[in-house]
Amino acid sequence: METTRLIIVAVGGQGNLLASKVLGEAALISGVPVRMSEIHGMAQRGGVVESAIVFGDAESSIISDGEADILLGFEPAETLRALNRCSSRTMVITNTAPLPPFTVSIGKGEYPDVDLIKNLIRQKTGGLVAFDAMKLAREAGSPMSVNIVLVGALIRSEVLPFTKQDVMEAIKRRVKPAFLEMNLKAFELGYEGAGETVEA
Amino acid sequence: MHKLLRDTPGEKIMLLGNEAIARGAIEAGVAFATTYPGTPSSEISLNLFQISRESDLYFEYSTNEKVALEVAAAAANSGLRTFCMMKHVGLNVAADPLMTLAYVGVTGGMVILSADDPSLFSSQNEQDNRYYAKFGGLPMLEPSSVAEAKEMMPAAFDLSESLRQPVLMRTTTRINHSNAFVTFGELRPRKTKGKFIREPLRCVTVPAVSRGLHAKLLEKLGRAGKMSDSSEFNFIRGKGKLGIIANGVSFHYAEDGVRDLGIEDKTSIFRMGFSNPMPETKIKDFLKKCEKVLVIEEGEPFMEEAVKAMAQEIGVTIPIKGKTPELFSRLFEYDPAMVREKLASFFEVDYTPPEKIDVSNVPEIPNRPPNLCSGCSHRATFYEVKQAAKDMDVIHPTDIGCYTLGFLPPLNMGDFVICMGSSVSTSCGFSKATDQKVVSFIGDSTFFHSGITGLVNAVFNNHNFTLVILENGITAMTGHQPHPGVEMEKFGMPDQGQINIEQLVRSLGVEHVSVIKPFKVKKSIETIKEALEFKGVSVIISQEPCILYARSMKMRSARPFMVTDKCTDHKDCINNIACPSFFIQDGRVSIDADTCVGCAVCAQICPENAIRPLKN
Repeated sequence: METTRLIIVAVGGQGNLLASKVLGEAALISGVPVRMSEIHGMAQRGGVVESAIVFGDAESSIISDGEADILLGFEPAETLRALNRCSSRTMVITNTAPLPPFTVSIGKGEYPDVDLIKNLIRQKTGGLVAFDAMKLAREAGSPMSVNIVLVGALIRSEVLPFTKQDVMEAIKRRVKPAFLEMNLKAFELGYEGAGETVEA
Repeated sequence: MHKLLRDTPGEKIMLLGNEAIARGAIEAGVAFATTYPGTPSSEISLNLFQISRESDLYFEYSTNEKVALEVAAAAANSGLRTFCMMKHVGLNVAADPLMTLAYVGVTGGMVILSADDPSLFSSQNEQDNRYYAKFGGLPMLEPSSVAEAKEMMPAAFDLSESLRQPVLMRTTTRINHSNAFVTFGELRPRKTKGKFIREPLRCVTVPAVSRGLHAKLLEKLGRAGKMSDSSEFNFIRGKGKLGIIANGVSFHYAEDGVRDLGIEDKTSIFRMGFSNPMPETKIKDFLKKCEKVLVIEEGEPFMEEAVKAMAQEIGVTIPIKGKTPELFSRLFEYDPAMVREKLASFFEVDYTPPEKIDVSNVPEIPNRPPNLCSGCSHRATFYEVKQAAKDMDVIHPTDIGCYTLGFLPPLNMGDFVICMGSSVSTSCGFSKATDQKVVSFIGDSTFFHSGITGLVNAVFNNHNFTLVILENGITAMTGHQPHPGVEMEKFGMPDQGQINIEQLVRSLGVEHVSVIKPFKVKKSIETIKEALEFKGVSVIISQEPCILYARSMKMRSARPFMVTDKCTDHKDCINNIACPSFFIQDGRVSIDADTCVGCAVCAQICPENAIRPLKN
């Protein structure tokens, strides 16, 4: 089976690890081999959290710089920061709602303009889907569901070897019952929302 | 029922590496498990802790790794299958019992797991603990994948029992924190009650006994070497003359690299999974068939040096390379592209690495370093100590935990840290060696781990410093594990004991002890000032639960604050305490109501009283 390499970048607390687990579960449901790697501990205290997910026949569970087939970014500046993980063929999907790092508040750096971020990514990679996933997450019921909105957009792009139904089943298995309805709504909103906002 | 307890052989499930290791221990019939938590090992113990509460597995969070290993050594010498797990630097703490337990051996199977951290994702160093196996004389297994980590656990227990020797299981972060499919095996029954048979000539390590034990250890290692030669964990893939020797995750990078380069027919890969003692006969045979050999191992040249020595013994003079400036580094973890490129260069295969994206015109992106959480009590304590010690030349030895992050600006509270517990003992040294004021920080769990002995030293030798014990009621950094100061009723374990830190500190002979509630800013600063004036050892205990833990246990609900129109833009709040809930909107300070928990520290330091509770 062909190998598909996905990198997810997020800010600690955005639910990156749950998103990865949902995708892993979907791979299990659809019989796709998968290995994932994540970073815990000190890295999670408000810093950048990165997951690497390798679908298909490769044995490695991490992804080298320049070798991601898909980059899913939960925060626009973090998506841009991860550009070195991409090649000119990489498909990029990003949330456009900024979460400025604290260093900006204390005057140590300037947050880049979101339109500039989008233009740079569009120029250098194989395609960009950019949309305000926070808005859709709020619509689904909570900013906490932004991770599943982005999973919806990822599935809409049809770059992963499994179906929408597989992922919805995976969400049912991995999400706590109390939050299931909200997350299924978030998934649908992401799936539909990404369809309307594809930027080639 | 805990998912790792399911008696469903053949079930395929996605597991974190650390869950797979815990499952492997359960499948092996482990009866007794001890640990001190540390990333990247912590989820192994977290799962075993949960499992112990719904089964007859005995599990304990021990005070530190030395204690954990000694507790485990007794269980393993009572005939129980025993598992002791820790992060790599934890094995330094446990090294004293380790070295002599290797002489004594065990009667029940014993596995000691060391979770190494190449690239230092969450550690103070990246030491390569394979040397402990060689140093102490322990058989060692190293998995290359999550699934194999589970498979190796029962094998490690069997190996330990057949040699009557503890076995070192060595993993790296990319095993512990990877997820992959695992197939459940059979569950072996647990034998939970042992019996200690007195054998003083094996178990009482006076010199006369230990001389004999050392000889016996070497004899065991000889047997282990033969087992290593026939072990299924040492295998060869491929029949080519271009040799590769690899361990751990590097093995899979090598496999992927060889396939990507299309040189499967020309290469053979020796995967070392039972790596101490090394499979000497098998390696020598392998070397004889190769034209050249590349050794791929993260960390130190552990295999490389041994393989070169073996080649010398049999007169093989082929090139054997690993750690050289052109090839592999002793620094940091490897990755698939790096290994592919080195394979191509060493074996002279045509290969053009994929073109990198030109990022030269990407604007500088502001850093996002990890930070103390919104509402973290450590931030308040740091601010208060800073205010109380204003105008003094202060050294701040600090320790290992979330609060290490206090060294970052604008708090800048952290000047020296080397290992768990070092804040207290280095304070002793700094206070004698300099005329500077010394105010040090240690977390409650770290204080129990290895701060107490330093404090005893300080009282005994009459040192002069202030120790701030940050009592947040939990081991926060590693994922909220209990420690001896925690009221265990919260965990549904009312029979556990509880040690009161204030009483303990007083009983150690510390004359000046005070307690602060760090969210009361003014009062805390006054109390700290008094402690700083005391000549001798003073201890301040700063009591406030970890906010993440308090919120997850519903002990505290969020009551967000806001910045009102009274704000005249001093920015004292941002400049002095730098809580991540602050952000600048249209040039003015605002508070993110989604993340503010309402500790009210900023409200107490605002010169205009402009920060108020957000009215709903």
